[in-house]
Amino acid sequence: MDLTLKIWRQAGPEAKGEMKTYPISGVEEDMSFLEMLDYLNEQLIDQGIEPVVFDHDCREGICGMCSLFINGEAHGPGRKITTCQLHMREFKSGDTIYIEPFRAKAFPIIKDLMVDRSAFDRIQRAGGFISVNTSGNTIDANAIPVPKENADKAFDAATCIGCGACVATCKNSSAMLFASAKISQFSLLPQGQPEAKERVLNMVHQMDLEGFGNCTNTGACEVECPKGISLENIARMNRDYLFASLSSNK
Amino acid sequence: MASTSKGLFGSSLARKYWMAATGLFLCSFLVGHLLGNLQLFVTGEEGKLAFNEYGHFMTTFPVVKILSYVTYISIFLHTVDGIMLARQNRAARPVKYVKENQAANASWASRKMALLGILTLFFIVVHMKSFWYEMHYGTLGIDANGNKDLWTLTVTAFEQWWYTAFYVLALTGLAFHLSHGAQSAFQTLGINHPKYTPLIQKVMTALAWLIPAGFIAVAVFLFVVQPGQAL
Repeated sequence: MDLTLKIWRQAGPEAKGEMKTYPISGVEEDMSFLEMLDYLNEQLIDQGIEPVVFDHDCREGICGMCSLFINGEAHGPGRKITTCQLHMREFKSGDTIYIEPFRAKAFPIIKDLMVDRSAFDRIQRAGGFISVNTSGNTIDANAIPVPKENADKAFDAATCIGCGACVATCKNSSAMLFASAKISQFSLLPQGQPEAKERVLNMVHQMDLEGFGNCTNTGACEVECPKGISLENIARMNRDYLFASLSSNK
Repeated sequence: MASTSKGLFGSSLARKYWMAATGLFLCSFLVGHLLGNLQLFVTGEEGKLAFNEYGHFMTTFPVVKILSYVTYISIFLHTVDGIMLARQNRAARPVKYVKENQAANASWASRKMALLGILTLFFIVVHMKSFWYEMHYGTLGIDANGNKDLWTLTVTAFEQWWYTAFYVLALTGLAFHLSHGAQSAFQTLGINHPKYTPLIQKVMTALAWLIPAGFIAVAVFLFVVQPGQAL
């Protein structure tokens, strides 16, 4: 298939970027989107043009490394998939495809389509952990009973791969879906209770410091999330934060 | 321009709690306001005297006065808070996408809350000049019972096609604003439950359309019937 690619090129974090047009032919429908970009880069290298920089790692939909805002949607058209799981059969020969980096003040561009998502790491470090005894007398994880429903919900929240599609999609660049999933995966379990109040207060505070926007409840994040993280997590975070603010000693 | 404080003032979540709380209070205000307006369906001298009596009660009864101050404060907070949130949201994405397909994942109203809010605020200013200001500080006639003749002011205003048209347009904008805001306020306050949320969403969405529809029905009725001409 023959395509016209319009790709954001930016030499570095401070450089001025622009959309550049690259015609490409010989794309096969069985290629993944990332393989199509590899194919483009091979051609660019042959022509002496600097290849397009983009994030990728496992290429099987579990690492959360691939990003890209394709034709106006995070990870492109299709639901509950990452960019590596998007295949060229979703497009038609003759299509023009817009490829842009995830856009947010908190996700600065490193180069071309690659963005720095370490703001997520800092949110996680602010409270996304539990204290466990690791000095030799570790406790069996199953020693504390957990209701099946809560275990399932915690697991669903924990499937968040931190890809940032929620931020990229949100009209406000809000990180509420990510933060709420990372808070919920602990707050739903008994092991997460000792630090529950501090966790929600500190992680939300870090999220604010990073410069993400606010939640308008448009629900776009849930639609575009490759793991189908539910808005229910955001409500849980809102509720936990409210109670923690009212009852915390700090 | 991020929120940098924790707790119930200043944090991003707190700002949203205030939006939701004031928004829901203003929804309850609208229900009360609409119930009062429904009296305008009664025409003739009887309707006029009853409406003016109601107008007198609403501007003098202490409990209503307190509620009216809560309403003014809510409109003020909802506006200021909304502007601050919108500014933060804009700052959170300094470089816009070249191509963005927002319609693929979110409703139109949910993406245009600030615009619809500004339209509503503009309407409130015009509306308060037309009626609230005239009732409190204008020179209104006195009816047979000695009450200020708010009724004649009201029905005369809606005799003008452009005034009714502006009103219908503004209330339609409000309906879209409420269609997202009224039900999503519960999500913001952390109320999301598999048992209750479907009901909350249905009831609040229905209210979002029915309340403005009620206001519009009264306005269109006054324009069509022109009850002021009969007296």
